[in-house]
Amino acid sequence: MRVLGTLIWRDLAHAYGFGGRGGSRRGGFVLPMVFFLAVPSIYPFAVGPDAQILGRTGGGMIWIAALLAAILPIDRLVTPDAEQGFFDQWAVRGIAEEWIMLAKIVAHWLSFGPPLMLAGVIAAGLLGLDAGQLQVIEAGLAIGTPGLAALGVMIAALTTGLKGGSALGGLMLLPLAAPMLIFGAGSVLQGGENGLLLLAAASLVLVALSPFAAAAAIRAMRE
Amino acid sequence: MGYGPSLAKSADAKDAYIRAEGLACVRGERLLFRGLNFACAAGQALQITGANGIGKSSLLRLLAGLLKPYAGTMEVKGALALSDERLAMDTHWNLQRSLDFWARLDGRGDTDITSALELTGLADLADVPVRYFSTGQRKRAALARVAASGADIWLLDEPANGLDTQSVVLLGTMMQRHLEAGGIVIAASHQPLPLENPRTLSLADYRP
Repeated sequence: MRVLGTLIWRDLAHAYGFGGRGGSRRGGFVLPMVFFLAVPSIYPFAVGPDAQILGRTGGGMIWIAALLAAILPIDRLVTPDAEQGFFDQWAVRGIAEEWIMLAKIVAHWLSFGPPLMLAGVIAAGLLGLDAGQLQVIEAGLAIGTPGLAALGVMIAALTTGLKGGSALGGLMLLPLAAPMLIFGAGSVLQGGENGLLLLAAASLVLVALSPFAAAAAIRAMRE
Repeated sequence: MGYGPSLAKSADAKDAYIRAEGLACVRGERLLFRGLNFACAAGQALQITGANGIGKSSLLRLLAGLLKPYAGTMEVKGALALSDERLAMDTHWNLQRSLDFWARLDGRGDTDITSALELTGLADLADVPVRYFSTGQRKRAALARVAASGADIWLLDEPANGLDTQSVVLLGTMMQRHLEAGGIVIAASHQPLPLENPRTLSLADYRP
């Protein structure tokens, strides 16, 4: 537990830039949040300010923005640590890669999930969604962002050491995130609340599988 | 995963050992060395010599459990610490904080960090971000990480590279003290190391 806590603390210190000077090296939590808010800000310019259209499509729009915001930091999740020899040092200490990846998933979620949920309130306001829709969106983000975090860490580990890994990572993430997008955006529609259950299932599968897949990727890279 | 629960520090460093029998290593479909045998008991140092590219670093990574041997067996008792060409520190953090991160993982305290900083002559640089370090200072920072880890077996890849004369003396003192405390030092180096009559293992003798 001490090991897990120390690993999570370090990744969080990178994301939020706390504890000592130097600030956050890896873009931090602000950039995904701004990115997430930029999409609903410009969306009305593209489709027009018609409240009915915005209300009907706004929920789906927020989910697309959340997905894109989750892709943003994946090239900073694993690659810098691999290049600087952190993974080798952890391996020499006998720390299982699965634990490291679990710590990375937890830290990554903490650095973009809650900020995204906060920004979701503003996004709902920008799109003129009602309180009921906002509630479903917030619940969906709370359930779905752990899955997106797990997926991000897994893809980051799989593309580490590849040339153009971040672009490839984005491409790999989109199809794998499609179920979450369908259930997440679907749950916002009228009478689609059951989508949340399917979203929870998809998220749970990703959280359960990702540490193992990411750990295997890191071990394979060493050979 | 590698072998041996290196997180649990052995209660008595005196019984640490590392043994290899018939080791062979293949990198990039090329056989680097084969039939390599050696054994190191507590308090012994081993210098691995050989030309560039002969497999010194690969042997150290093999012993550290980061590579799988192509053939042969290894037996390790005691915790390992590795210093290679990569620093494994967050370069925007200062040295104290970087060492503190590793000390927390190793279950070590502030006194271990302080003594490691003194051993490597880096006490004055403890609050300087690592990215401002010179080559020699980076090397010493990596050595400080090894010293603070409290591991029994030190695997050092070119520990004297980039060090000035004074730092080489510090390195010698540091290794000698570790050996006297019952530790093991295995160092790959193409230049002489500041050790009192270390055993040497020339990788050229094990080429296929």
